[in-house]
Amino acid sequence: MSSRALVTRRTHRTRLALLTTGVASISLLATACGGTGGGTSTTPKEFSYLSVTENTTVKNALTSLSKGACKPAQEALPLKVETVPQASLDQKLQLLAGQDALPVQFAAGNAPALTQQLENSGKVADLEGELTKLGVFDQLEPAAVSTIKALYGGKMDVLPYEYNIEGIFYNKKVFEVHGIKAPGTWAELRDAAAKLEAEGIQPFSASGQQGWPLTRLISGYLHRSLGPDALQKVADGKAKLTDPAYVKAAQEVADLGKKGYFGKGVGSIDYDTAMNQFLSGKAAMFYMGSWALANIADGKQNKVGAENVGFLPFPAVAGGKGSVDQYPSNVGLGIALSEKSFDKNTGAWVSCIAKNYGSTALKDHGAISGFKVNTEVKDANEVTTQVRDTISSSKQNVLWFEALFSTKATTVSQTNAAGLVSGSLSPQQFMQTVQDALAAK
Amino acid sequence: MHRVLGDRRAIAILLGPALLVYTLIMLVPMAWSLGYSFTRGNTIDGFTGNGVANFSRLLADPAVRDALWFTLKYAAAVTVGQVVAGYLIALLYVFFLKRASALVRTLVFFPVVLPTVAVGLLFQKFFQVAPQTGPVNSLLNAVGLESVDFFGSAGSAFWVLVVMDIWRSMGFYAVLLFAGLVDIPEETLESARLDGATGLRLVRHIVLPLSLPVLLSSLIFSINGTLKVFDSIVALTGGGPGNGTTPLTLYMFQTSFTYSEYGYGSTIALLLTVVCLLVSLAVYRVSRRDLTEG
Repeated sequence: MSSRALVTRRTHRTRLALLTTGVASISLLATACGGTGGGTSTTPKEFSYLSVTENTTVKNALTSLSKGACKPAQEALPLKVETVPQASLDQKLQLLAGQDALPVQFAAGNAPALTQQLENSGKVADLEGELTKLGVFDQLEPAAVSTIKALYGGKMDVLPYEYNIEGIFYNKKVFEVHGIKAPGTWAELRDAAAKLEAEGIQPFSASGQQGWPLTRLISGYLHRSLGPDALQKVADGKAKLTDPAYVKAAQEVADLGKKGYFGKGVGSIDYDTAMNQFLSGKAAMFYMGSWALANIADGKQNKVGAENVGFLPFPAVAGGKGSVDQYPSNVGLGIALSEKSFDKNTGAWVSCIAKNYGSTALKDHGAISGFKVNTEVKDANEVTTQVRDTISSSKQNVLWFEALFSTKATTVSQTNAAGLVSGSLSPQQFMQTVQDALAAK
Repeated sequence: MHRVLGDRRAIAILLGPALLVYTLIMLVPMAWSLGYSFTRGNTIDGFTGNGVANFSRLLADPAVRDALWFTLKYAAAVTVGQVVAGYLIALLYVFFLKRASALVRTLVFFPVVLPTVAVGLLFQKFFQVAPQTGPVNSLLNAVGLESVDFFGSAGSAFWVLVVMDIWRSMGFYAVLLFAGLVDIPEETLESARLDGATGLRLVRHIVLPLSLPVLLSSLIFSINGTLKVFDSIVALTGGGPGNGTTPLTLYMFQTSFTYSEYGYGSTIALLLTVVCLLVSLAVYRVSRRDLTEG
């Protein structure tokens, strides 16, 4: 073979090799980029539901419905639950929304701001319209509807799988033994705490790791002292968190921390530990939402006995514009439905949920939802009855500290709350930090 | 061999695939991220041009200043700690433990193979004050001191982080430096000893200069790793209290993925790249000069 022929053969081989490499890399690229792109409207094959790992109630209640009252809907569109840790939910939602691949039903983000963003880009179904069309809008508790609308800029973006009011749970027995009356005002609350501390009982348990159980005290104080629109004014830019009246609220909460009323190392206390401190009788008071009723009713967790737990509204502030019957309320983790996959089968599921979820959740899981309870359910204990009565009689609700904040301000507020009560941040610094995060847009 | 390497096509075939993969997974994302730093928006709302607004925000953002300062402080403390502790342990292996060092080497190296999250949790429990008093606080109580909430203030949380990361990685640097130390010819050491150099003087005048190249490599390794620290901080403090222990990497991650400001996140990433580049260049310069002298 001549050398020329050899060179030609080698060139051919080189070209072939290059071509193979090229084709291989292009096909690799194509596979990598071929995500789950979507069109404008799709027919779902499953009633897919993306939830957070921490929340088991909704998942379990939906599963029991799928075997019971919602069997026909389940047969047409089987329920499929996927969970992610709550801390990574927002990220997952953003990525899924970016790929136009949101599931049929999904937990709607940790801050309402994200849900509104999804709504603005047309990813979230208008549930008021859809539920009215299905003829089941009247199955929702009006209080829950108004809470949702207050959260999501007047829109019904999520279903009220939970409906919670918040307040202070207290250990009746400890109060009785030490001759303390249930406090009705902030000053009485402080006195009660001082007395408990003096008697060697930790007055409050709170999770500084979560942060929100502490910032809820600030919003509670603000709503009582400045009225129910105190935080709306901040959201609208009519007031600043650094205004003296707002800093005063942070000051009051910081003072409780300074006196050691939250116990040692509050920043390291996680949610379960805080709950456990109260339910094991180590702490006398516990600011929490009514979802804690499930834990209170559980004899394994609750060592003080459900009959010894009382519920107090957030106390009044002398000379304040707010009143104690304005309860902070929320719908737990809001659960939204995707606009593009809301078809007949999804509708069947939703209307079945609207009619049956309320009683199933209450009966099987001790959880209060924003759906009407259509089958009579006997309450597990006295404090559950008290909370349910409070919900049905409450006239006006208020939101929580971060409800109208951006995702960033929410994180900043909750991660700095422990610093506020442990004294490493002054009330002025805390409010300034949060206000700066609010302004950064 | 020369004919193959002299052929441009052969070079293309040999380098092509690696270069292609490198371009696709390193250079393209880098250029892409640079492009994002001139935009605002996220995957839901879409991206729009934003000019240099992200850069002016970067300059004015106090959180960036805090994070940058923390990153540098942390990198300096941990790098010095890791390399010094590693060097001391390596000296111990070579001059004191000698052949018996295998078991100690394994034990000291052990934390390197532990997952960071596990180490983070271990130290969290070790230094905790609530719900249970951890061993460190128990010790403080035993000698009559008050418990300290180590994770309650940025200052003490920083030192716990530094201690944890030094403990976690000194075994690695010890092995690295050990390899450098055993390379020092025995004759050189012997003649130095005959000349009367012992103990500290031997280390100062003979061992240190001869192990300088490997010491500098360790330094480069360490500083680049510590500037990009992420996992150990997330595992131990989560950047808290507040943003007291938030390095640039974590702030970048939060900005992009928690606050969904991808454009600004990319700008922070660019800052981090520039910092890494500057530090690496500086260390390279120093090391090159010293290598030629040595």
